[in-house]
Amino acid sequence: MEPLNAFVTFANFVLIPATAYGSQLAIGALGVTLIYGILRFSNFAHGDTMAFGTMAVILCTWGLQSVGISFGPLPTALLALPVGIAVTALLLIVTDKTVYRFYRAKKAPPVTFVIASLGVMFVMNGLVRFIIGVDDQRFADGERFVISVRTFREMTGLDEGLAIRTSQAITVVVAVIVVAALFWFLNKTRTGKSMRAFSDNEDLALLSGINPERVVFITWLIVAGLATVAGTLYGLDKSFKPFTYFQLLLPIFAAAIVGGLGNPLGAIAGGFLIAFAEVTITYPLKKVLGYLLPESLEPDGLVQLLSTDYKFAVSFCILLIVLLFRPTGLFAGKSV
Amino acid sequence: MIGDLKTRDLLLFAFVALLFVGTGIVQSWNVSLTILNMGLISAIMALGVNMQWGYAGLFNVGIMGFVALGGLGAVLVSMPPTGQAWADGGLRVLLGLVLGAATVVAAVLAWSRVTRFRGPVVVAILVIGFFIFRAVFDGGVAAVEAVDPASTGYLGGLGLPIILSWPVGGLLAAGAAWLIGKTALGLRSDYLAIATLGIAEIVIAILKHEDWMARGVKNVIGLPRPVPYEIDLQNSEAFVARMTAWGFDPVTASGITVKLGYTGLFVVVLAILLWLAQAALASPWGRMMRAIRDNEVAAEAMGKDVTRRHLQVFVLGSAVVGIAGAMMTTLDGQLTPGTYQPLRFTFLVWVMVIVGGSGNNWGAVLGGFLVWWLWVQVEPIGAALMQGITAGMPDGMWLKAHLLEAAAHMRLLTMGLILLLVLRFSPRGLIPER
Repeated sequence: MEPLNAFVTFANFVLIPATAYGSQLAIGALGVTLIYGILRFSNFAHGDTMAFGTMAVILCTWGLQSVGISFGPLPTALLALPVGIAVTALLLIVTDKTVYRFYRAKKAPPVTFVIASLGVMFVMNGLVRFIIGVDDQRFADGERFVISVRTFREMTGLDEGLAIRTSQAITVVVAVIVVAALFWFLNKTRTGKSMRAFSDNEDLALLSGINPERVVFITWLIVAGLATVAGTLYGLDKSFKPFTYFQLLLPIFAAAIVGGLGNPLGAIAGGFLIAFAEVTITYPLKKVLGYLLPESLEPDGLVQLLSTDYKFAVSFCILLIVLLFRPTGLFAGKSV
Repeated sequence: MIGDLKTRDLLLFAFVALLFVGTGIVQSWNVSLTILNMGLISAIMALGVNMQWGYAGLFNVGIMGFVALGGLGAVLVSMPPTGQAWADGGLRVLLGLVLGAATVVAAVLAWSRVTRFRGPVVVAILVIGFFIFRAVFDGGVAAVEAVDPASTGYLGGLGLPIILSWPVGGLLAAGAAWLIGKTALGLRSDYLAIATLGIAEIVIAILKHEDWMARGVKNVIGLPRPVPYEIDLQNSEAFVARMTAWGFDPVTASGITVKLGYTGLFVVVLAILLWLAQAALASPWGRMMRAIRDNEVAAEAMGKDVTRRHLQVFVLGSAVVGIAGAMMTTLDGQLTPGTYQPLRFTFLVWVMVIVGGSGNNWGAVLGGFLVWWLWVQVEPIGAALMQGITAGMPDGMWLKAHLLEAAAHMRLLTMGLILLLVLRFSPRGLIPER
């Protein structure tokens, strides 16, 4: 039973949380990579877009809860998601029309867009703080666990328990649905194909009669959806705090770059790579090794490679290694 | 160097001066000088960022990290050494650090020298080195942090005058910038941005959690000052007598005297740096930098080593930011890693540079003063505005309470709007590059 116990411990503390976190990062990185592919700049406002979307979802959730609507065992936030996406989409479209379109028409260099996105980041951050404040908000309701530690122990008779939180299960299910829908859209529909054409070669796409403003419009709609979903899932899983969302920018960018900027498949792979590396390296492996090694070899310390405070350092180091050895990312992204 | 300014620019500076004088008259001279001192430091930060962005087009969003490294420099230079900590584990900590550095150097050397099984050899060196490093380092850290953790629990500094820490802070920042530049320069510009964003977060994480170095979130307080203490002035009979003779309240006057002391020091540093920056910009080196910025391919064709020059200016600019960071910690008299926020230290400096005029040193300085003044004053203005808006609402209404409370967050919104408006309607800033 020892190896099984070790595996269950590992799954409980590393595999499951990392899978959920990886899904959240992957959806976030998909948004960054789509903007990069179509609009050709790194959007620094993405973290705050996620915060804004989540805030819209939270406000709507509170509204639903106050009139007594709930989603049974599932969090009410899922019902509020479409509203959140719509509000965020509206904000992004307005931002595009007032800020980015001007520079697009001027064919400004990418760095001008990046600086403009800094301004947008400030404004969105201010809006979120203005509307909901800077405090932690918890908005998860419904059933807390799919399987709790005790049920699992009773089911299997193992010493170690395994818990799957509802938020984790939902994250993975929603991520699969979102990713499948996105890839179906990009690969099968006419609009999706025109987006990919536009991303691959703008001039050729224009030549074949693709309307660039429409492509950009659709991109922002999809980005609003991705950002809101990613933000809400993260918020359900942990909690909502505007500053944390700003900090998510680093792992999300790392995921997008590691996978190859502009490459949706790479963004997903990058998200999971970063998440698994972060969680594994910052988790104390003492218990797992204790089950696997003979007693004489059992480690004294926690066998924690890095303290959790340095989880940013992990994504950053992976990013540096990839930049040094494969600057286009693991899956070929756009030009260096 | 004043000759580079046109009448319009002088008027702009006069306007900003008026803002500070106005603050002095309407609020108080103490407030005005407090804003001015931080404005001087902001101007130096903006100067450093302008060297990177304005001269060379390098997009650095890790300014916070370099500011914090400067602050660390202030602690390491000026605080008295903790003898007991050095005796208990100081050398072991240093040995650990040396071993860690040696591991990295060995891995880099192996990567360039070993021909067979290069990958596995390098990985083996790194893994073994990491465990040796942790084995030596962790014990030392535990010993150091156990020494009177409530008041010290760290190695302390060198006990030297704090002004020496300003160049040291610059050197620390320059070292970090060199490491970043070596890896991320020469790749596309966005990558440098992400790399600097990351290093800034890591610097702050290290400052927060490596208690043996600068006490982490327990903060180092009571740094020595380069100027006298207010209380000493108030106790000095000569000072009180003179101030009373001039018709000032000695308590207020002592505060103002101390602040003026800082102002004097900061003005000297700003003037030196500005003079150097202007001289560099006008020299053949400055022309080369701008040529590289405007057309890298052409500059490369003329035989200029673009990546090397970029590295050079990146290190120089970061050093200037580090100097400003050390000065800020000196002014605060304490190092509080928890207060370093990217919005305040990285992105606000960007607003300063863009608003002031990228590529123009005087513009960056003007932007530093103006935007810092706005950053401080937007809060009372916002609060007053909200008072006005909510005046008609009945007391106890939720919207009124919420609006009044939210006025504190007006800053970010305002700064974002200013950045977007300037970028849209006056992209070359208040004092454009010439």
